[in-house]
Amino acid sequence: MLALEFPPLSHIVNWPEFAGDDTYGINKVILVYFFAVVLTLLVFILGRGKDLVPRGMQNVAEISVEFIRGIVRETIGHGGERYMPFLLSLFFFIFFTNIFGIIPVIQMPASARVALPMFLAGLTWVVFIGSGVVANGPVGYLKSVLFPPGVPIFLYVLVTPIEFISVFLVRPFSLMVRLFANMLAGHILLVTFAVLTSALIVAKWYVIFLPLPFIALVFFTAFEVLVCFLQAYVFTLLAGVYIGGALHPEH
Amino acid sequence: MVLCTPSTDSPLNRLFIHTRKQRKGIAPMLLAEITNKGLAALTYGLGAIGPGIGIGYLVGQSVQAMARQPESAGTVRTTMFLGIAFVEALALIGFVVFFLAGA
Repeated sequence: MLALEFPPLSHIVNWPEFAGDDTYGINKVILVYFFAVVLTLLVFILGRGKDLVPRGMQNVAEISVEFIRGIVRETIGHGGERYMPFLLSLFFFIFFTNIFGIIPVIQMPASARVALPMFLAGLTWVVFIGSGVVANGPVGYLKSVLFPPGVPIFLYVLVTPIEFISVFLVRPFSLMVRLFANMLAGHILLVTFAVLTSALIVAKWYVIFLPLPFIALVFFTAFEVLVCFLQAYVFTLLAGVYIGGALHPEH
Repeated sequence: MVLCTPSTDSPLNRLFIHTRKQRKGIAPMLLAEITNKGLAALTYGLGAIGPGIGIGYLVGQSVQAMARQPESAGTVRTTMFLGIAFVEALALIGFVVFFLAGA
């Protein structure tokens, strides 16, 4: 049958260094980080225009600010404007690191390496706990998290450990795994269909099946664009929900 | 992508090889072919059933809510994505475990 050899996982996500050694080298993933930072800064810089009728990049920036403001109003509510820069840059940074998985020549979503999602989830963890501590005081925040009101007193034996695990451990872990696994799965999906397509090109009579994996590849590439946006949106939304829950613990 | 390659490394395989010595038959030999990778793939498939049902139910109910009350579509959509994110996490943890076990 087909000489179909799926590359091992390390071939898909590991890239050789252009310069430097194994520990402090520059490879494709580092370049994607760099590009994403530059593009995120560009959104902020180009959106600084103050024309009454926005044009070009100012239009894009205003639409995205409106979009993030909608998230902030729904999730954080009162006092959420302070978190706009954080959530906006979080959204754009994740979106750009994801979308580099689609862009030809680069085709590596930097979020498919666990370091970036881990860092972002840790950052969000620090921000939402920090904002809760600043807003309610350390004791007040811990009390609102570990001892939610309206629970019969003997149930706290059960509720407190569950709340501790779910808020302080499961939240950052699920944020990390969601972004990482979604992007890795999408990347592997694209690699699978690309390998299939290229294997069919060199095959003999199997060529009649050639359009099928190619159409699937195009379709999944379009689907990946949606996933990139959706993962950035979900990450920002959840960060907003966690910050809102830490600021206003009563609801 | 070969999912079931015979290898003597996995503890499960050692167990079945031990069984094969004791009683000869086709079933233990077939079982000996199953390795960690194959089991991981199978288990991820099993683990994807629950979140699949969950997301289907969730989105269906959200569409119904949006159709019945179009003016609250924005709130319903946000809550729907939140719910999807939580349900999907289970399937994605299964996906990560699949890689950890299959590696």
